Amino acid sequence: MRKILVVEDSASTRAFVRSTLESSIADVEVSEATSGFDALRLLPRGPYALVISDINMPDINGLELVQFMRKTDAHRSTPILLISTQSSERDRQRGLRLGANGYLAKPFASKALVDEAVRHLGDEGPRKEAPRG
Amino acid sequence: MADPTERARDEFLSEAQEIVETLSRNLLDLDASVRSGSIDPALINEAFRAVHTLKGLAGLFGAQRLGQMSHRLEDLLDDLRLGRMVLGAEVVDTLFVSVDVYGRLLAMEREGRDEPTPAVDDLLARLDKLGSEAPSKSTPDSEYELEPGLLAVLTEYEEHRLRANLEQKMRLYRLRVEFDLTTIDKALEDMKARAKRHGEIITYLPAGEATSADAIELDLLMASRDDLATLIGALGADNVVIEEIPRRRPSLVGGEPSRAPLGEISVRGAESVTPGGAQDAALDQGPSLRSLTQTVRVDIRKLDALMNVVGELAIVRGSIARLAERLRAEGQRQLTTEIQRLHRSFERRLAEMQAGILEVRMVPLGQVFDRLARVVRQIGREMQKEIRLVITGSETEIDKLIVEELSDPLMHMIRNAIDHGIETSSRRAEVGKPPAGTIALNAYQKGNHVMIEVEDDGRGIDEQALLEKVVRLGKLDADDAAELSREEVLGLVFLPGVSTRDVVNETSGRGVGMDIVKTNIGRLGGIIDVQSEPGIGTKMTITLPITLAIVSALMVHVANQVFAIPLSTVTEALSLESAGSRMLDGREVITLRGATLPLCRLDRVLVLERGRRPPPRKSYVVVVALGNRRLGLVVDHLIGQQDIVIKPLGRSLASVRGFAGATELGDQRVGLVLDAAAIVDEVLSGSDVGRERGRLHG
Repeated sequence: MRKILVVEDSASTRAFVRSTLESSIADVEVSEATSGFDALRLLPRGPYALVISDINMPDINGLELVQFMRKTDAHRSTPILLISTQSSERDRQRGLRLGANGYLAKPFASKALVDEAVRHLGDEGPRKEAPRG
Repeated sequence: MADPTERARDEFLSEAQEIVETLSRNLLDLDASVRSGSIDPALINEAFRAVHTLKGLAGLFGAQRLGQMSHRLEDLLDDLRLGRMVLGAEVVDTLFVSVDVYGRLLAMEREGRDEPTPAVDDLLARLDKLGSEAPSKSTPDSEYELEPGLLAVLTEYEEHRLRANLEQKMRLYRLRVEFDLTTIDKALEDMKARAKRHGEIITYLPAGEATSADAIELDLLMASRDDLATLIGALGADNVVIEEIPRRRPSLVGGEPSRAPLGEISVRGAESVTPGGAQDAALDQGPSLRSLTQTVRVDIRKLDALMNVVGELAIVRGSIARLAERLRAEGQRQLTTEIQRLHRSFERRLAEMQAGILEVRMVPLGQVFDRLARVVRQIGREMQKEIRLVITGSETEIDKLIVEELSDPLMHMIRNAIDHGIETSSRRAEVGKPPAGTIALNAYQKGNHVMIEVEDDGRGIDEQALLEKVVRLGKLDADDAAELSREEVLGLVFLPGVSTRDVVNETSGRGVGMDIVKTNIGRLGGIIDVQSEPGIGTKMTITLPITLAIVSALMVHVANQVFAIPLSTVTEALSLESAGSRMLDGREVITLRGATLPLCRLDRVLVLERGRRPPPRKSYVVVVALGNRRLGLVVDHLIGQQDIVIKPLGRSLASVRGFAGATELGDQRVGLVLDAAAIVDEVLSGSDVGRERGRLHG
């Protein structure tokens, strides 16, 4: 069972990411962090095979989370997928430079999310049938 | 698109609704801050974040129009928060419009309707017009010795805030704060609240070095006008180290004119950041640190279901009481004592459970008042009248379901008050009133009821014009009209076909039928009263039960049938014989403590068949009071008090006024719950409700 951490302050987006990943990729377990701080609390409960984080969050933002993880031995090599809006191209570039592994613009289709996640999980993974629709 | 489960979709709709409500409150604050001339940047950023999240949600759930609109609003708010555009009154207006459009779109989403939405197109067109005003702004030079590591992690917004603060010649500080991970949420809120008085915290960067397993260090970048000593005095503590970030010496910038945005500087520096220490091994063994969020969101239907269970348990309780009674009658003394003890304990726990569920259902009226504040602003603008809104008692709590149903009636009342009550400012000046009209929205709790008053200081209702209109409509004979009391005359505004517009001298605006308002309030078990003084103003008072879910009722017998009268409306009960009734103006009355109390014989008004049984020799009067109106209901005898769950009537009976619903009596029988409000209304105003019932029973 591989663990994925979703860091996002919108409950619906978290629920969407979680249900999409858990229903489309075999052997994953998704944990949800509601803020950057929450992520700091949950990170030691890893190791996580993938961290998916929003950029624009109050207090600790997604970029700060990326930098923190890259400065920390235990999370240095954990793949990080940033999610944010198209409007912040500059934030996207910053995120990638700070060491994020990928970027998805919101809103994204479930297929794009699953493709990205599978890519960062580092294997083709036994993939479930996509849910109906 | 994805296949989100039904549950995820519900979650989406309720989150979106919450966000829109937050946005609405936020805009009211923003509006006030624009007026006062000092705009709080945090408010703009919050509005941006709200719309940003809505856009994300809309995308995930395929709500296209919602997404399209959010996208454009996001662009606008992004420009505003990044200082590319000036926030003026017109922009605020447009944002208020967007909240209304959101409301409509969400309602359509919830009901699965798909209709053309010209409102969205109008809004988009309005946004287009706003878009062109962006002033060009030069980027201020960076003059501070900021760590590249810190700069690299600023989002575009945070970078803008840094720049904006520097432009205002703020000092920059770095606060190194150590937080205990288990209490960080509260500690952080405290910190923020204290810091807000002294400046702005621009970002929070985890330092990546924990001093112990369950603590974390953060670097806060803060801008403030205060000097270091003041800040240390305000924010200093054992876990806080504050240092000022010095201004950069000119040589560091070199010959290069530092026109480059901060972002560029930081990116170059970022590559030299050295990785942090290996504190994580310790963190790994840290105690379990679950999310500290203490709230859950619950579908109100689940609470209804729980409340139904409580109601059924109340019926079980009643059966146990009857069983105890039977045992006592059979002389089983020991068993009786035992079962009575059980019964008391059961009763107590049940009451606790009921109170607990009711408490969860309660929400402050502020939720609906906030929405109304927006409406007042908008209507005032439409009518070109200056309106001052005074709200008191927003914290008064009432059942969530009632709150949901209140906003339409209140909105109609306020619209009427502004449209027909408040005079134009020139007219107000003539009669010596301040130019701005005042609408007061007051809420308070009174016993088991919540009172909501909508009061204006306008021209008042012209009773003569009202009477003439009602007579002209054929709803009242001219002779009868002459006999009505002042209160009864004012009550005529609630007749169908009459609007407050007809009774003032102005014909502008649309008159919303107050009869609809009254019907809606009645559906919630409430009543509405009106008071008005010509030239001074009008006050409408709504009296509502605190909750609809479960009520204590007085159970009575009339013509061998059981009826429940909600106890919240009952003030006392007495024997009819001792009171001694008499006829007054064709109405049966008694004198109760010096005041005349009209009576209503339930068997007659409900047209109950007594069969061959004679009427009882002894009858009782149950006095019900609603607002300031009282009525004595004549019943055969009193059974006692009981907690009942009101269930809706079947379709065939649903349209009959006079009954609030039905309730199970615990012995397989069903009793009807009297709608005291409707009966009081019918009897005291002599309206034509009775005829409908006559048809049903006759």
